[in-house]
Order: sequence, then C-alpha cells, then structure tokens
Amino acid sequence: MKKPHIIIFSGYGLNTEDETKSAFEIAGATADIVHINDIIARPAILAKAQIVVFPGGFSYGDDTGSGKAYANRIKQHLGDALQKFLARDTLAIGICNGFQIITSAGILPGALISNDSARYICRWVDVDVSGNSPWLSGIKTISIPIAHGEGKYYAPAETLAKLKSENAIALRYVEGETSKHFALPANPNGSLENIAGITGYNGRVLGLMPHPERAVRFTQLPHWTNLRESYLRQGDTLSTEGPGLQIFKNAVKYFS
Amino acid sequence: MTHRIAVSSKREDSRARSYLHRLKTVFPAVALSSVATSSVYTIEAKLSPKELERLAQRLANPLTEQYSIGDIPAPENFAYAIDIGYLPGVTDNVGKTARETIEDCLGRRFAKGESVYSSLFLFLSGNISKNDAEAMARELHNPLIERASIYAAGSDFKMVVARVLLHEHTAVDEVNLDTDDAELSRIGKEGIANADGTRRGPLSLSLKQLNVIRDYFRKQKRKPTDIELEALAQAWSEHCKHTIFADPLDEVQEGIYRRYIKGATQKIRKQKGKKDFCVSVFTDNSGAIAFDDEYLVTHKVETHNSPSALDPFGGSVTAIVGVNRDTLGFGLGAKPIANVYGFCVADPNDAITLYRDKAKTQELLPARRILEGVVNGINAGGNQSGIPTPLGFVAVDPSYRGKPLIYGGTIGLLPRTVLGKKMYEKCAKIGDYIVMVGGRVGADGIHGATFSSESLSGGSPATAVQIGDPITQKKLSDAIIREARGLGLYSSITDNGAGGLSGAVGEMAKESGGCEVDLAKVPLKYPGLAPWQIWLSESQERMTLAVPKKKWPVLKKIFDRHDVEATRIGTFTNSGKCIVKSGKKKVMDIELAFLHDGRPVEIQKSKKPKGRTLGISKGRTLGDSELRDMILKILARPNIGSTSFISQQYDYEVQGNSVTKPLQGKGRVNSDSAVLQPVPNSPRGIVLAHGYAPWYSEVDTYKMAAASIDTAIRNAICAGASRDYLAILDNFCWSSSNTPERLYELKEAARACFDVAVAYGTPFISGKDSMFNDFSGYTEAGNLIKISAMPTLLISAIGVIPDVTKAMTIDFKNAGDSIYLVGETNDELGASEYFAMLGDKTGNIVPTVDAKKNAKVYDALSRAIGGKGHPYKLENVRMSGCVVSAISVGRGGLVVALAKSAIAGQLGASVSLKNLQGNAKSADAILFSESQGRMLVSVRPESKSAFEKTYQGLTLMEIGTVAGNRVSIELPMSRIEATVSELTSAYHSFFSSWGGSASGGKNS
Repeated sequence: MKKPHIIIFSGYGLNTEDETKSAFEIAGATADIVHINDIIARPAILAKAQIVVFPGGFSYGDDTGSGKAYANRIKQHLGDALQKFLARDTLAIGICNGFQIITSAGILPGALISNDSARYICRWVDVDVSGNSPWLSGIKTISIPIAHGEGKYYAPAETLAKLKSENAIALRYVEGETSKHFALPANPNGSLENIAGITGYNGRVLGLMPHPERAVRFTQLPHWTNLRESYLRQGDTLSTEGPGLQIFKNAVKYFS
Repeated sequence: MTHRIAVSSKREDSRARSYLHRLKTVFPAVALSSVATSSVYTIEAKLSPKELERLAQRLANPLTEQYSIGDIPAPENFAYAIDIGYLPGVTDNVGKTARETIEDCLGRRFAKGESVYSSLFLFLSGNISKNDAEAMARELHNPLIERASIYAAGSDFKMVVARVLLHEHTAVDEVNLDTDDAELSRIGKEGIANADGTRRGPLSLSLKQLNVIRDYFRKQKRKPTDIELEALAQAWSEHCKHTIFADPLDEVQEGIYRRYIKGATQKIRKQKGKKDFCVSVFTDNSGAIAFDDEYLVTHKVETHNSPSALDPFGGSVTAIVGVNRDTLGFGLGAKPIANVYGFCVADPNDAITLYRDKAKTQELLPARRILEGVVNGINAGGNQSGIPTPLGFVAVDPSYRGKPLIYGGTIGLLPRTVLGKKMYEKCAKIGDYIVMVGGRVGADGIHGATFSSESLSGGSPATAVQIGDPITQKKLSDAIIREARGLGLYSSITDNGAGGLSGAVGEMAKESGGCEVDLAKVPLKYPGLAPWQIWLSESQERMTLAVPKKKWPVLKKIFDRHDVEATRIGTFTNSGKCIVKSGKKKVMDIELAFLHDGRPVEIQKSKKPKGRTLGISKGRTLGDSELRDMILKILARPNIGSTSFISQQYDYEVQGNSVTKPLQGKGRVNSDSAVLQPVPNSPRGIVLAHGYAPWYSEVDTYKMAAASIDTAIRNAICAGASRDYLAILDNFCWSSSNTPERLYELKEAARACFDVAVAYGTPFISGKDSMFNDFSGYTEAGNLIKISAMPTLLISAIGVIPDVTKAMTIDFKNAGDSIYLVGETNDELGASEYFAMLGDKTGNIVPTVDAKKNAKVYDALSRAIGGKGHPYKLENVRMSGCVVSAISVGRGGLVVALAKSAIAGQLGASVSLKNLQGNAKSADAILFSESQGRMLVSVRPESKSAFEKTYQGLTLMEIGTVAGNRVSIELPMSRIEATVSELTSAYHSFFSSWGGSASGGKNS
C-alpha cells in the first residue's frame, strides 16, 4: 500500500502531536512532527506532503484569543505555501486548537468563540456525520472527546447558508451513546446549529473541535469498563479499536 | 511612545456574562445590570500609524471582534469602568504573546525598554455607587500582583505602563559578621541591612549557623559578600536541606528521614531482591521505577503553600509547572505524562475575615477566592502544557484557612537508554558549559526558599510571588524531549526551582567538582538587579544544562529554532569551589564542601503532647429518619461530595493515555485512582492513587500516617494494582515544626511510615516536606489569631500493571450482582467525617491499621481482579477476573462507599449490615466508622464461588445485591432507604453552583 507523506505542525504550545502521529501509525502510515519554524525556513517541504495536520494544543497559551497568534504566524509566513498545498489533491485537518488556527487563518470560514459556560470543559460527545468528506467516509455517528474553552462555532448567516449549500457542515453534536450514558447535554458549548466540525475544499479540509486521535483504542472510551461487562455477559467479542481511528484510516486510504 | 489598542467582542461576550454572573453572586444587593469587557494592549514602542493599524487587525478576529486605537470604546450609560492590569515585574503572559505577534508582524524585535502590557477593562452598568465599584474591583483583582484603576463615566481612561523601575543599588556589599549575637540574630531573621537601614528579607539562618559562617570567613581572612551569605542561606534552608528530617531527633541519631523513610525503602528493596523495581530513588528530582524493559516511570509531588496563600492562581500555576520541571529534570529529561493535584483548603463558604497585619490593611483572601484561584491555576498550568490531569482531591478543614496546602504532582516517562547511554544517570563534566535555558531572570520569588520556612508576611509584590508561563516551558520541554535529549547534547540537566541558579548550579557543581559563573551573561527581564538577586531569583521556566563544548553549537541551534533562549553563563570545573563573577569582579568564592555540607547539625528534642481527651467515642442512638438525613447530609459535604467542576475543567484526555477517568460511571463520581496507558503499543498500565487522613492527627499522628498509607494502597488495589508492583511517595505538611510537641507528632508519623510501608512491601521512592504551615494574624476585632494546618501527610501511590484491559472502576454495573465487604468494621468513629458533621466532639478512637492482615485481603482482591494471571484478551472475556466493581471504603465510612458505587452506576442496592465482622455495633458506627482495610466489591453471580475461593480464610462477607433504583440498608435495629436519585443530588450538591455537574441523577 502506498503511504501518504504526513506533516504534523508543531511548536509554540501545540501539544497533541504525539498521539496524532500515533493514530496515523495505527492506521498504517507514518507522520513527521515538524516545528513551524522549520516549515517557515523551508516551505518547500509542504510541496512533498499529502496530508497536513494542525493538531490540538494551546498555541501561545491562546492568550490573545484561541489560535489567533499561531494563525498570525501562518498568515505572515506560510500563506502562499499553504494555498499551493491546498490547490493540489491533498488533505488537511485542524483538530481543536488546530481548527481554531485554520479558521483564524482564513483556511476555513467562521470562528470559535468562548463556550457558553465560559469554562474549559473536558468530556465525551457524540456527533452525527454528513457530507462527503474523504476524512469521514463510512462514518454515520461517532463518539469522541472534547477538551476546550473556546469551542462554540460561530459564523454569520450568509456563511452558514453557504456551508449548508455546499454540504460542508460535516459534524453536529447529537444526543448519542456517551451523552445518554452520562446524562450530559448533547451540545457541550452552545455551538450554532450544534456544529462540531466543518469542511472546505470539497471536503478535503476538515476542521473539528473533538479529538479523534484520543479515541483510537477501546480502553480510551469513557464507559469501556461498563461495556466490557455487558459484552462479557453477552459472550460478545470486542473490537480493540476506538471510534476515532476510522478518520485516520480514511485519510491514509485516500492516497492508496 | 505609548500606544493603546483595545479589542472587544462584536457579538455576545461570554466572558462578560461570566463576570456579570460572578459579581451578581458575590454582590446580590447591588443593582448591576450588565458588564462589558475590553482587552487592552498598552504598547510602549516606536510605531507608525500604519503599523499600528496593521497590528490592531492582527489582534482582533474580524468576524467576532472589533478594535480601537487610542481610546477605549465604552458602552452607553455605563456607571463605572475598572481597568485591571499587572503590577510592574509580574509575569504578563498575554502581554508577552501580543508582543511576539507584533514583532513577527513588524519583522523586527523590540528595542530595549519597548514592551507590551495587557490589561482588562470592565464596564459596569446599573445603579452602582462608587463604593460598589470599589468593592467589585477588590473582588476582581489581587493587590499583591495586580492594580485596579476605577473610572466614573465621563473621565479619561489613563494609559498605565507597568514598566519595572528599580532604583536599587546593584553593587556587591560585604557583610560584617564580626558583631554581637543580637545583630547576628537580626541578620538571620530580617536579612542583610541596606545602607538606608531597611532589611533585605529573612535569611532564616540561626545564630548557630551564622557563627559557623563567621568562623569560615574568619579563616578566609575576609568578610562574606551579600551574595555569599544569601547563597549559604538558600543552600542550608529547611526548604532545600530538609533539616528537620535530616538532623538528629531524640535517639534517632541519623535523623528520621534516614531511619524511617529511606530506611524503609532500603529494607523493602533488599527483601524484594530480584523483584525490586526501584531504579532511582531519593537522589534525583523525581523517583523512578521500572515500567518495562524499555521505559522507566517517574513520580514527584510538591507543595506550593505560602505563595498560594498570597496569590492562589500564580501559586498553583507555579506548583504544577514547577513539578513538571522535576520530571524534565529527572535523569536526562523525562516526559511529563500526567499531573495530579490536591487542594487542602477551608470551607469556601467560610465568611470570616482575617488580616495579616494589626492595622488590618492586608486582608487575607477569602476562602472562596483561594479555592477559585488554585483551581484556575492548575487549569492554566496543566491544560496549557498539554499534560493530562486524571486525578486529584479537595480536603476541607478550618485549619487550612491560614495557609492552604496546594499539592501538585507529575508522572514522567523516560526511555532507559538512548544511544547506548543510560538516561537515568547524569554527570556534569569538567569543562562543560553551564547553560541556562528558558525564561529570563527578574526579581520574581527572591527568598522563596527561605520564605517558605517563615510564616506569612507582607512584602514587595514583584518579589514575593512568581507566576508561571506554561507556554515558555512547553517550548523548552519540546526542545529538550523531542530533540536535544535524543542527540545526547548535554551531560546533565536540572530544574531551576527553589534558590534559582544558586540552587541548580550549586547542585550540579557537585557532579563535576566545581563551577565558575559570570552573572553578567545572564539574560534579565529588566535592568537594575544586584548580583545576589540574579543568583537567587526564582523566575520560572528555567533549567540548567551541562553542555560539552563541542555540542554547544548544535544545542544552541535547536533552542533557537524552538524560539527558546539558551545562554552560556559559565563552566563546570573541578576546583572544589563555587566561583561567581559579575563581569570581571569575583563576587562569590566558597568551597563546595562548605556550601553543601558546612551546615551545623541541630540537635532536636521532642516532647509528647499532653494527653488529649476529645470526648465521645461511642456511637449515639439515632432513629431511622435521622440516620437517613445523616447519609444525605454527609454526601453533601465538600470532603465527600463531587468535585466534578474541577475534574471536567482539567483535560484528562490529552496525550491519549487515559484508561480510567477522574469521573467514573454514569453518575460521574470522583475516583481516588486513575489508570494510564503511557506507551500506545504496550498493554502495560500505570495505576495512580492518593491517600490522606489528616483529621486523625488530632488524636494520633502515628495512626494518621498509617491510615494515609493504607488508603493510598487500598485505592490503588481497587483500580487493579497489586502490592508487589506498587511504590509510594510521602509529602509531609506540618506546622510549627520547631516545637517539641510537633516534633513528637512528626516522629510518630515517620515511625508509622516505616512500619506500614515495610509491612506492605511498598517502598518510598520520593518525598518532600513543608514544615511551617502556620499563619499568625488578626481578626476583624483586632485580636491576634494563630492558625496552624493539621499535620497532613499525602501519600501518592504508583504501580505498574501488565494489562490495562483489566483496570477496575467503582461503579455498580448490573442488577443482580452480589455485593461483598472485605475487611472488618470497628467502632472507630474518632475524627471521622461523621463526628465532624455532628460538630460536637472529635472522639478519641481513630482507625488502627493492621497491615499484616490487610495485606492478605488486598492480595486476594488483586488476584480476583486480575483473573488467572493471563493477559486479559477482550476477544476472550471469560479469562477475566470475577470482579465487576471495586471501591475502597474511606472518608465517610461504609455507607459513603456504598452510595458512591450506587451513584456511579445509577443502580440501587439492597444490603444487610446486621452481622458485620468487627466490633462496630451501633448503627452510626456501622455506617460511618472509617475503619481501614475495607473494600466494597460487586461480583457477577456466576463468579461468586470463584471469588469466595480467593478469599478463603480471610475477612469477607456478602452483604447483599445490586438492585433497582434505591439503596436499602438493614441495620441491627432498623432499616433505612434512599433512592439513587436522592443520593445523586446530595452527592453533586455542594459545588453545584461552581459550574459543577448539572447532570447526574437524570438517569435514575
């Protein structure tokens, strides 16, 4: 199988590079974690990449607004190189802080603003999938964790209408397995129209607040000891995989 | 030129809404109608109007925010505006990030003196008086680190530039120690005298120590310099040398640390022989045990109490990022993979006002703000660093009102070898450069090491408190862990913590045999610092490396690429001396042997406190309905109830290593343990657990310590750990430790540490102490008040398990499962949560630990959870153990453990507690006694006989079954019942207004 060349952005407080790399590895690929300053020094490395990842984290502490300072650095130095990258048949994903970065940098529309609770929250959510992003093929609903303080998706009405007409509202918070299990509200942050993630560039770019890379093993599920018990009683066998893994598998498969 | 850019939200502003909510809660009587906010950047730099416009565009998100240059747009009809900014010299992370964005956008670095200062404007609307606005400003800022400017509508908003202007004299002074005892003592207590007669702050050196120092310099035929004296005070401080644990106490000539703590570990390691898993204990910045053939796992827990009392937010950020550096500074650099926390605080609803000074100008922060602050601090420090926080606790007691105890711990992962080199050993070599990496040096935290040995007092804001900058540290951590470590670019590394460079370089110099430093090379935050301040500063986010000459250019390049400052400040030598220069001038020249080992030993004597009679010990007779109320009431107490508002605002999923969560089961009950899978392609796991029982100190510190250890071990066992692969850490927080009575209690606790650890075979691998958690101040009425924290021992357990798929959680999972109680229930209500709730007497029979007996029942549970010892395959679940849930019985007693498993599972239970093993006979002793060694377990019906078999000959009793949606309990004389939903809402009630669980209970 041909393996895509994957670059995971790093530096200035991004912090989920390792588990994202590990998720791609479980999906059968390899990935390079590269400091943004090294990409700025040699933007040509983007020309060889098939997948670019803006991972989660706390770039610049989100001090002046989530993702803003890192996005400014991208706009200042890598605008052209990224446009060239996206003009090819490539894939890109922005996860959590990465989503905040790529909206702030103008790669995807809209903005992520403070949760309605004005508090950081870590929990699991359930999302419904629609559209035809290669990242999400074959997935209908999925349970994955979130961890953010500024995850409420906002976009002006005309942008929302455009996203809808392009079928680009890819992920919506719904009441599902984990929110029912823990009796938690489906929408964790007050996101407009329950938006958890959107796509751009014909589905090739996915931005989402939840973290699929933290849901690649069964034992990462928040209620797995409970599931273990019920499967055991039913005599069922279990998958060792977690629900988020499919997203990484899809991306790798896109290039094979 | 000074410029100003204001950024505010164009849309709904949840930050403003949250301020409105907070102010309305604290000031219910004030007619506040709305709050608006604006982030303000005050820029002191040469900028053209065009540049300024471009910068403003960068600082505002065009979709959601608007900017204004110069003036600050205010909402119509606001009554007052409050502008909150940092005092000069206080870490301003927002200002720093804005500066980096601005520099990047301009394509040039700021010139000397140019800077950005952030502040926050709040516009208050409504019928508000000036007094109201002032009171609100007091609520919203901490005068030790921040300023608040209040403006009435219509007045000009001044630009405030928080530039540090130090008019201090930066020369090196000699100190005359050839003086009388009174003056020497004064130097020790109040510090070196300045020319104007003021003092520089406590050295915490005793007269005896000062005499030794005087004699040393007499032999050198010169007077010591101020920096030499400060360095000695730091090196010899209780904080750094742990003098109370190290020096002889009564008949314990070698000191209680060597005999009881280290002694226990030595004995256990010997007994374990080939099964010894300890790799590096007590010698490095953390303790390390083997994880597998490839990796080691490290653990370290610290406290940051005094600073957290003054600035709870900054104090706890520093606590957590500081202990992260103890991980980065272990061996050649371990990667932090989890944080743990513990907050020992007063009841946040406590409304008593206290002052630090007699004039009542320095008010102690209210208990509520201390808890809010420390919670937010760990949030910022842990979340921003990308380190998960899977475990923590809150303990509440009035004795923590003076000084809170703020624990922060970090677990690390380290490959055993890289490039054939052992990563857990390090040694600075002769000729290696001394390299300081990370943040710059300011006046932050000077005297931190000696300050923590004194009780609270006022002081200069810029120097008393440090605030962490997690992002600078994350950058530093990435450069080390991702790159420099793997290339073998340095021969030693340590953290700049207490005592700053003095502590770090001084320690590393022991490895090579000497050092020579030039302070003129140290990068400073601002000019005007004297050499002794640079040497002692505790500015955060710094580490010191020993770098071979040849490797320096490569290393420097890595740090440059990561945008982290790395500076050569000297060379390691074998001169046997610590030599410090400031430019060409030698300012310090002390023999290493004297610096580290010259401290005179203090002979300590303890005295047994007079016997205490603490009143009732026998349970009372309560009626059914009264008992039922008691159960709901105890679940609603902050020592028992949910702290989910904390757990869910700390990212426990980052790094993807979480296996069991901080909130377990459908009802999201706080767990006392956590399981991690640190290496994605290995099924092995780490079990973490905590144990504490400070309340028992009121009666017997030996039993307190024993119960703390027992609890930590029990919590770990219930999560799936086993005793043969379990280590522990000790963190003593004592008070008034210079009094013979407290020393007696300390010795008793240390003795218990030895006895119980040896009996369980669980070695200590790391520990720390904080010996003066006392507050002395004044009440509203002007009366002197002294508050001392109860002697508190936090035990942290860390174990390794072969397979995380066997990890256990506390929630009941199926109706029909049998419920078993392991262990004896005795009438041991002394100092229990139940008695605290009744509020009358403490009682005098606290739980006694029978470690020999408990060890057997713990091992049986480990076997039952672990199954047949085969790797547990999810494809073949029948190989699994027979346990479905397990919870340790702890604070609050049996009924609390039962309720927690029921709430977590959202399933009821029907149990009979009529004939329990043990001597508890009254209903309240049965329900609420905190007898140690007990665990509550649910078991699949078809596995009952297998389970009982593992317990043959041990204390085990089947008490009932999981059933329905109510918990019903048969007692000798009565029967009580409560629905799971009642229990759930009681459990989640205490902190519900803190953004706690809105859920829970919806399931039943």
